[in-house]
Amino acid sequence: MSVVSATYRLHSISKRFIRSLSAVSAHNSLKTPSTRHRVEACIRNRQFSCYPRALRSENKVTVSFINRDGEKVTVKGSPGDSLLDVVIDQDLDIDGFGACEGTLACSTCHLIFEEDVYKQLGPITDEEMDMLDLAYGLSDTSRLGCQVCLTKSLEGMTVRVPESVSDMRQSDFGTTSSSS
Amino acid sequence: MNTSRMFVFKPMKSLLTKCTRATVTSGLRRLACTPSSCPRVCIVGGGPAGFYTAQHLLKAHPAIQVDIYERLPIPFGLVRFGVAPDHPEVKNVINTFTQTAQHERCSFHGNVTVGKDVSVEELQQAYHAVVLSYGAEGNRTLGVPGENLSGVYSAKDFVGWYNGLPSNKGLNPDLSSETAVILGQGNVALDVARILLSPLDVLTKTDITQPSLQALAASRVRRVLIVGRRGPLQVACTIKELREMVNLPGNRPDMLSADFQGIAEVLKDLPRPRKRLTELMMKAVQERPAGAPLTSRQWGFRFLRSPVEVLPSPDLTQTAGIRLGINRLEGSGEGARAVPTGETEDVECGMVISSIGYQSLPIDPAVPFDHHKAIIPNAMGRVQQASGLYCSGWVKRGPTGVIATTMNDSFDTARVLIKDMETGVLDVSTVKPGSHTVTPLLQKRGVNPVSFSDWEKIDAEEMKRGTAVGKPREKLLDVTEMLKTAHS
Repeated sequence: MSVVSATYRLHSISKRFIRSLSAVSAHNSLKTPSTRHRVEACIRNRQFSCYPRALRSENKVTVSFINRDGEKVTVKGSPGDSLLDVVIDQDLDIDGFGACEGTLACSTCHLIFEEDVYKQLGPITDEEMDMLDLAYGLSDTSRLGCQVCLTKSLEGMTVRVPESVSDMRQSDFGTTSSSS
Repeated sequence: MNTSRMFVFKPMKSLLTKCTRATVTSGLRRLACTPSSCPRVCIVGGGPAGFYTAQHLLKAHPAIQVDIYERLPIPFGLVRFGVAPDHPEVKNVINTFTQTAQHERCSFHGNVTVGKDVSVEELQQAYHAVVLSYGAEGNRTLGVPGENLSGVYSAKDFVGWYNGLPSNKGLNPDLSSETAVILGQGNVALDVARILLSPLDVLTKTDITQPSLQALAASRVRRVLIVGRRGPLQVACTIKELREMVNLPGNRPDMLSADFQGIAEVLKDLPRPRKRLTELMMKAVQERPAGAPLTSRQWGFRFLRSPVEVLPSPDLTQTAGIRLGINRLEGSGEGARAVPTGETEDVECGMVISSIGYQSLPIDPAVPFDHHKAIIPNAMGRVQQASGLYCSGWVKRGPTGVIATTMNDSFDTARVLIKDMETGVLDVSTVKPGSHTVTPLLQKRGVNPVSFSDWEKIDAEEMKRGTAVGKPREKLLDVTEMLKTAHS
């Protein structure tokens, strides 16, 4: 298990935080394959943001999430944090968000951006596109929250959590076991 | 490095506030409900569907008690026995499942076979509701002559073998021939192809079982043909798995460019996922190296082919090839049908792996079952004509979809169940004993359930054995050994 996943266990503090604390101390290697994409995404982003760590608390970025029920929640995150980090840190109640813990192995952190914001987000990898192709309610301005990191220029943006109702499923596509 | 500090320390700051909140909530909970009067739900099956259903039930109701019954002594179902060993990222969902299992209102009861050790009817007497989430343990058969020859395997068994499913421990597949034919073009087919063709140094770093690693090290399989009854526009795999094949070190694609005639013209009208998948396939066709150095291994799709007969060796014991019927397509797009032309072609191969789909099986005569669709007949997860019975996952909708599909599907069933409790459709006014009567019943029948903390002993032992050989985990392969470790 990676530090990131241990971190997430820490996050769901609802129970047993002492056990989780020992999990963190037991797993202190960061660069496992499962954390690779997240780390890369945020390093890539930092090249643009370059905020000294000491100043980060004064340089928070405000983000609003519109949840599936239409409720809008406004929170602050640090530059360099991914939107998945923000959701976890702020304990936002989005069902099933980030199932693979930011390792580009699912599409549960799918978010829809405003068009002008989407254009600012920088390059998108083939691997992220591959996962987005399996996302419910895919739009032209869709990204995975684990791959989008906050920068000061994104201050005030609003992102929408797509609906995940049954009739939006691509039931004939994206199968794991049926033949063609 | 900065990032590592950030990942480790960031959550700490919210630790205290969250703990305070949790304490307050559980205090309220105690006021609201005494354990004996709580709604009790049990879930049959400890795979992704079971755990995601439990997760949402626990979240949506402040007092509900959830028990998960699992046939094996170990949890997580296909996340452990289905997800390929070289996809450790997908297995991160285990962390969330572990949190669910450790929830104060949830308990895991492994080593309990519902339908044999305890009936669904007995569970219904002990619980207000029973959710069937036991997946699809059977597989569709080919229904062609020669299917039972040595050298023919179901993908389900082959995957179970390299992933350490106890019942597939002795599969011992024959990897001595050069060509393997996989029937079916879904992600399971591609997983099997990738495991057959991956360089050994990739696999040795995974939790693939040691016996299968040794068998693969001695494998002579150099060429894998992945056969589908329809065309390139109907393949069932997803793009991530295809990209892994295209990028597989030491391998080259062996596709037939004739299969892609006319495809370029229809590309622009396809939905984005199908378009990108098709473009990647076409890239693989074009990249077929003309003067490039030949690598020793190759893989390729073969389209518009259905199995007609597995051809035996002269002594009639082994697989020597497969006769494929040639199809043409009727209609277009996702709904196109394969129609036999009457022509056939023979392909020489010593191994045939049938990957045409998993299949749910009935669990108990008391539960309705649709034998034609191989699912439990249900409306939004409510089992038809069976009050108090629900279902989620593959047994609810059939064996397709990525893990997010099962997640949403299971959340849906949990929502329906909670709604039925609120509207009174599901009567929770009577006191139900839950595991307080089921556990003694099981013990009386000689069944010794495995708790989640028992599983953690197995987990620790597997990690220890893994560390010793430089792998993330070395799975125990034998139920007796699992039980011995769990109850040590």
